[in-house]
Amino acid sequence: MIGGLFIYNHKGEVLISRVYRDDIGRNAVDAFRVNVIHARQQVRSPVTNIARTSFFHVKRSNIWLAAVTKQNVNAAMVFEFLYKMCDVMTAYFGKISEENIKNNFVLIYELLDEILDFGYPQNSETGALKTFITQQGIKGQPQTKEEQSQITSQVTGQIGWRREGIKYRRNELFLDVLESVNLLMSPQGQVLSAHVSGRVVMKSYLSGMPECKFGMNDKIVIDKQGKGGTTDEPGKSELGGSGKQSIAIDDCTFHQCVRLSKFDSERSISFIPPDGEYELMRYRTTKDIILPFRVIPLVREVGRTKLEVKVVIKSNFKPSLLAQKIEVRIPTPLNTSGVQVICMKGKAKYKASENAIVWKIKRMAGMKESQISAEIELLPTNDKKKWARPPISMNFEVPFAPSGLKVRYLKVFESKLNYSDHDVIKWVRYIGRSGIYETRC
Amino acid sequence: MTGTEVQLANQIGRSGLEAGHVGRKRWRELSARSVTSSVRVQRPTEKSRTRANMPAVSKGDGMRGLAVFISDIRNCKSKEAEIKRINKELANIRSKFKGDKALDGYSKKKYVCKLLFIFLLGHDIDFGHMEAVNLLSSNKYTEKQIGYLFISVLVNSNSELIRLINNAIKNDLSSRNPTFMCLALHCIANVGSREMAEAFAGEIPRILVAGDTMDSVKQSAALCLLRLYKTSPDLVLMGEWTSRVVHLLNDQHMGVVTAAISLITCLSQKNPDEFKTCVSLAVSRLSRIVSSASTDLQDYTYYFVPAPWLSCKLLRLLQCYPPPEDGAVKGRLVECLETILNKAQEPPKSKKVQHSNAKNAILFEAISLIIHYDSEPNLLVRACNQLGQFLQHRETNLRYLALESMCTLASSEFSHEAVKTHIETVINALKTERDVSVRQRAADLLYAMCDRSNAKQIVAEMLSYLETADYSIREEMVLKVAILAEKYAVDYSWYVDTILNLIRIAGDYVSEEVWYRVIQIVINRDDVQGYAAKTVFEALQAPACHENMVKVGGYILGEFGNLIAGDPRSSPLVQFNLLHSKFHLCSVPTRALLLSAYIKFINLFPETKSTIQEVLRSDSQIRNSDVELQQRAVEYLKLSSIASTDVLATVLEEMPPFPERESSILAKLKKKKGPGAVSVNELEEGKREGGELNGGGERGDNSAISTPSPSADLLGLRTGPPVTAAAPSAGSLLVDVFSEAGPFFILFILLFVCKNNGVLFENQLLQIGIKSEYRQNLGRMYLFYGNKTSVQFITFTTTVTLEPLIEGGAQVQQVINIECLTDFSDAPLLNIKFRYGGALQNLTLKLPVTINKFFQPTEMASHDFFQRWKQLSLPQQEAQKIFKANHAMDTEVLKAKLLGLGMALLENVDPNPENFVCAGVIQTKAQQVGSLLRLEPNAQAQMYRLTVRSSKDTVSKRLCELLAEQF
Repeated sequence: MIGGLFIYNHKGEVLISRVYRDDIGRNAVDAFRVNVIHARQQVRSPVTNIARTSFFHVKRSNIWLAAVTKQNVNAAMVFEFLYKMCDVMTAYFGKISEENIKNNFVLIYELLDEILDFGYPQNSETGALKTFITQQGIKGQPQTKEEQSQITSQVTGQIGWRREGIKYRRNELFLDVLESVNLLMSPQGQVLSAHVSGRVVMKSYLSGMPECKFGMNDKIVIDKQGKGGTTDEPGKSELGGSGKQSIAIDDCTFHQCVRLSKFDSERSISFIPPDGEYELMRYRTTKDIILPFRVIPLVREVGRTKLEVKVVIKSNFKPSLLAQKIEVRIPTPLNTSGVQVICMKGKAKYKASENAIVWKIKRMAGMKESQISAEIELLPTNDKKKWARPPISMNFEVPFAPSGLKVRYLKVFESKLNYSDHDVIKWVRYIGRSGIYETRC
Repeated sequence: MTGTEVQLANQIGRSGLEAGHVGRKRWRELSARSVTSSVRVQRPTEKSRTRANMPAVSKGDGMRGLAVFISDIRNCKSKEAEIKRINKELANIRSKFKGDKALDGYSKKKYVCKLLFIFLLGHDIDFGHMEAVNLLSSNKYTEKQIGYLFISVLVNSNSELIRLINNAIKNDLSSRNPTFMCLALHCIANVGSREMAEAFAGEIPRILVAGDTMDSVKQSAALCLLRLYKTSPDLVLMGEWTSRVVHLLNDQHMGVVTAAISLITCLSQKNPDEFKTCVSLAVSRLSRIVSSASTDLQDYTYYFVPAPWLSCKLLRLLQCYPPPEDGAVKGRLVECLETILNKAQEPPKSKKVQHSNAKNAILFEAISLIIHYDSEPNLLVRACNQLGQFLQHRETNLRYLALESMCTLASSEFSHEAVKTHIETVINALKTERDVSVRQRAADLLYAMCDRSNAKQIVAEMLSYLETADYSIREEMVLKVAILAEKYAVDYSWYVDTILNLIRIAGDYVSEEVWYRVIQIVINRDDVQGYAAKTVFEALQAPACHENMVKVGGYILGEFGNLIAGDPRSSPLVQFNLLHSKFHLCSVPTRALLLSAYIKFINLFPETKSTIQEVLRSDSQIRNSDVELQQRAVEYLKLSSIASTDVLATVLEEMPPFPERESSILAKLKKKKGPGAVSVNELEEGKREGGELNGGGERGDNSAISTPSPSADLLGLRTGPPVTAAAPSAGSLLVDVFSEAGPFFILFILLFVCKNNGVLFENQLLQIGIKSEYRQNLGRMYLFYGNKTSVQFITFTTTVTLEPLIEGGAQVQQVINIECLTDFSDAPLLNIKFRYGGALQNLTLKLPVTINKFFQPTEMASHDFFQRWKQLSLPQQEAQKIFKANHAMDTEVLKAKLLGLGMALLENVDPNPENFVCAGVIQTKAQQVGSLLRLEPNAQAQMYRLTVRSSKDTVSKRLCELLAEQF
C-alpha cells in the first residue's frame, strides 16, 4: 500500500509531504528529488526504485506528484489513485500549479487524510468529498444533526457517491462522448497503427436516487438483440439508418457506480449516478476507425543544402461537419538555416525553437483538401549522420466520434419521486480529438 | 571543462564561478594538483592583475548578446524551456552563418562563444568549426582566444580542419608575440592529440630552450611538452635537448623552473640515466630555496614559505634517483633535509592555515625522500619523531598523513623501533578517530609495526576494533589479523583462539582461505588438535554461530572429535547433536562438509553409527534435490553399512598432514625482511620474487600432484581450485599471501644447495631419492624411484625438460649425466608420468642442479684473496644481501654448509675471525668463472651480510640468491 505522498515543485522543493506508514523515512523525500527530479539524465519511467523504495510519479505541468511505498503494490492502482487525486484537486481549486497548491495546502492535507487511510485509498469521489470537506472551512450555518448522520451513512454505506435528498427543479443531464484518435501512417498511406481511446463523461442534475440505464451501439449487444429478433428498444430504427451498425469495443472500464454484475451477465450498463460531473466509462477500439484527416507528404532533397517539402491534407468526413483547431507540424532538419513557406489556407510559420514548421487552420469542412509547400535551406555540417526524418504530426478537433460510437439511449427511472424518463432533458455531444496522429515522411 | 566554463564566464564578466576543490584537501594535494593550476596560483600578483584588467578589456568587447543568452538560459524554469531557447538560438546562428554577407570578427566571436556555451550545457554541436578556425587568424587577442577555446574543447580528428588548425598554430608559434605563442601552446596542450604531437613535437623543445623566448612562453612550452610526452611518448624525442632542458633548473625565473621541473620529473622517470645530471642542480636549487629568507623570493613566497610548490617538486624529483654519490652534494642535501626538519619545529610565522599547509607539504615531501633513501638513520628517526608529534595534532588531515608516512617508515629497519614507540597513540587513534579513512591508516600502521614482541597486543586490539569497524574495511582487517596471527604465532593455541574469535566477530568477512589455513595448521600440529577440538566445541555451543564456524567445527570435530570424547559433556552423541543442530541452517557446501564429518564420526565412534545412519537415511538427505548432497548421503550410507570396520578405518583415516606449501611466501618474507617489516607492497614484491625464483613456469602445476588416497579429498578440500582464484572476491592483494602454487619446489631444491644426496620428493605413492656427484663441469645424478604402494605402476616414464644450457643424456630412469655448458639460474625440470590404478599421474619436479655444484675449490693466501677481491670491483660483479638468520648461528654448522657449497673455505684470511671467506671457480664448458665469497655474521642482530663477487654478474647474483636461503 502507499506509504506516503509527496508533491514537489519544478525545483524539487517539497510542497506537500504526507507519510502514512512508518517504513517511509524523511530521506525518501530527498531520494526522489536527487534521483528523479534533479537526475542528470531525464527519468522517463514513471516508476523508480531507489533503495528498495518504489516511487510512482505523475507530472502535472511543473508539479510532481509522487507516491512512495516499500511494498509490492499494484502499480496500476497507485497511478489510478494519483490521477484521481489530480482530478479531486482540480475540482477543488482549478489548475494544479505551485501557487494554487501553496494557497490550498490545508485543504490538500485535509483531502489526503480523507482519501487515503493508512495508505489504502478511500472514497475519492469529488461530489461526496465536497459534502464534508469544504473549501471555505466551516460552512456558514452549522450542519444539522440529521445532515451529519447522513454523511456518516453515506460515506460508509453502499452508495458512497451520492447522498439522499437531492432535489432539482429541472431534471437535466449532459452526456459527452470524448474520443482521442491515434494514428501512425506510412508515407504511402498505409495505416501502421491506429486506435481510439474514448471516455463517456456525464453531468447529471437529477433529483432523488434515480436508476439509469445507458445503451450504445456495442457490437455484442446489437448482435444479441439481432438474434433474439424481438426488440422494443427505441434506438433501433434510428440506427438502422446510419451506415455503420455497431462497433467492437476492445476493452472498457466503468465508474464505480455501474453495476458490474449486471454488465457481466446482461451487458447492460445500469447505475445510480453521482451528482454533478463524472466519468461514466472509458473504452478503447482498434477496428473500423474513421480517420478524419489524411496527410500526404512529399519531401525532396535538393543537393546538400536544400530541402523541398510539400504536404497535402484531406478531410475525410461529411461535408456538413466542420473540423476545428487544425495544426500540422512539419519537422525540419537540425541544420536548417532558413525557411520559406507558401500555403493556400491558414497560417504557417517556421518555429526555430521547436525545429518545426507549424501550420494552423482555424476551420475546415469535410471532403476538402489543402496544401502547403516549403523550401528549407540547410547549413552544411561536418556531421555525417543523416537526418532521421521524424514524422509529421497533426492536431484537430471534429464533432463526431471517430470510433463510430453512438449513444442509443439513456433511460432514467425514479420510482419514489414522480418524474419519468420523458421529463428529463438530455443533451448528447460528440467530440473527436487527435491523440498522437502522425504520418511518416 | 569546468575550467573552460570559468574562462568563459570570466569573459563575460562573471567571476563567481570558481571551480572549487571537491573533497578533502590534503597537504599533498598542494603539490599534486595539476601543474597549470599551480603555476597560476603561484603567481598571485600576476593573476590578480589580469583579473583587475578584465573589466577594462571586456568593456569594449563585452558580448552583450552572449550575456543575454546565458541569463535567458539560467532563467528557464524547466528543461523543455531551455531546449526551446537553445533551438531558437541555434537556428539563429545557423541563419547568420549561412547568410550571404560576411560576419565581422566580433559577431563571429559572439556566435562561436554561444555555440561553446551550448556545447558545455551538454548539447551536440555539429557546425561552427570553420568559423572558429577563421577566428584563429584574427589579430585581436579576444577573438583568437575564443577560437582556440572552441578548438580545444570541440576538436575532433577531422582531417581537413586539423590541417587548417595546425597551420594557424604554426603561424602563431612562429610569430614573435608572446601572448599568441602562449595561446597556441595552450591549445596544443589541451588537445594533446597524436596529430598535434606529430606536428609540433619537434618545434616545442626548440622554443623551450631558445635564448630569446619570454619566460611566460617557456613555462607554457614546458607544460605543453609534458602533456605531449604523456600522450605520445614515442614522438617526443629529447635527445639533443636533454642537457639544455636540465639546465632550465638554473633559470632565473622561478615560474620557468617550476614548469620545467614537472617536465623533467616525468622524463627522468622514463629514462633516469639521461637526466642524472639534474640531481646536483636540483639539490643546489633546493638548498638555495631552503636557506633563503622568506622575503628573498618576493612573488614566490607563499604565506612566509619560500616557493613551496617548487620545493615539493624538487624533493619529488630527487625521489626518482638513489642518494647522490658525490659526497658534497649528498652533504648539501642532508643539510637541506635537516633544515626542513628544523623549520618544522620552529613556531609558525602566521596563524593562517595556508602557512602551515605549505610548510607541511614540504615537510612531508622531505620525509618521503628520507624514507626513499633509507640510508640516514639519524634523519629517519628525526622524521619519525616529527610524525609522532603530528599523530596527536588536532588537524585530521595531519594525523592521516602522519599515519600514512609512518607506515612506510615502519618498514625501514632503522626506524622500525622508533615507530614502535608510538603504538599506544596509534591504538588510541584506531579507537577514537572519527574519520574512517584515518582509522584505516591507523590499522595499516598497526599492521606494519607488528612484530613478534607486540603481536599479541596488536592482534587483540585489531580484533576488538573489528567489532565496531567500518564495513568497508572489515574484510581487509580480517585478512590482516589472520596473517599477523599466523606469522607471529608462538603458541598455536593462541592462533586457534584468535582465528575462531575472528570468525565469531566478523564471520561474513572471513574468506575461505582463512579457515582453510586454520584447518591446515591444526592438522599439521599434533599438540594443538585437542585444544582446537575443545575450543571449537565450545564455540559451536553459542546459539547463533557463523557458517564458517560450522565449517571449521565440522571439519575439526570430524577429525579430532575423539580427543574430547572422554568428557561426558562432549560425548560423541553430544558432539553429533550439536553439529546436526546447525545442519539445517547451512548452505549446500557446508552441509556436504558436515555429511563427511558424520561419516568420520561413524569411524571414530561406532556407537553413533545407528543415529547417523538414521540421519543419512532420512528423505531430506537421501532424496535431497541437490545432487552432491544426495550422492554423499547415499554413498556414505552404503559405506557405513557394507564396509567392515577395518575398511572403514582405512578409508576414513585421519587426514595426512598438509604439505607446507602455503607458508612459503610468508616464510620467505620472514627470512628476508625480518619481522614486522611487511607492508602490503612488500608482500606483493615477495610474491613476485618467489615467482621469478621458480622460473615462473611451474605456477599452479602442483595441482598435478594429485593425492589419490580416497580419504584425502573426501572433505572436498583437495587443492582443486587454486586459492588464488578466489582472491578477486577479497578485493585485496593480501589474499595472495595464501597462494599455494610454486614455492613448494623451492623448499626441496634449496635443501640440495649444500648437499648432494637425499630425498627429492615423497608422497603417498612415490618416493624419489637422489644421489649425485660432480667433477668440474660434469655431473652424474642417480635417481631412485620407490613405489610405496602394493600396486604396479604402469607406463612409468620420465623426461627431463632441458634448458639449452645443460645437456642431459638421460639414461632410462636411473642415471642422468649432466654437463654444464655455461652459467644458468633455472634448474632443469623433471617430468614424471605413470599410471596408477588406471589414473594417469603427472608430476613435475625441479632437479636439484644448481650452479654451485660445478665449483672447483681454490686455496689461496690472504693477500691473494684481497687482490682478487679488488680486481672484481665493478658494481655489477658484486652481489650483496643482508638477511636475518633462520637457523642458529653455529660456527661449525656454517662451516659445514659452506664446504658443502663446493668452495674452498679460507681460514685466517679475513682480519675478523667471525667472518668467513671462500673462493672457488665454477667450471662450465664455455668458460671458468672465478668467485669469491664473504659472509659476515652479526650475532647480536641475528643478521648476516653476504657478499659474492665473481667475474660474471649473473653468477654472483644467482649464488647470492641461493646462499641467502641457506643460513
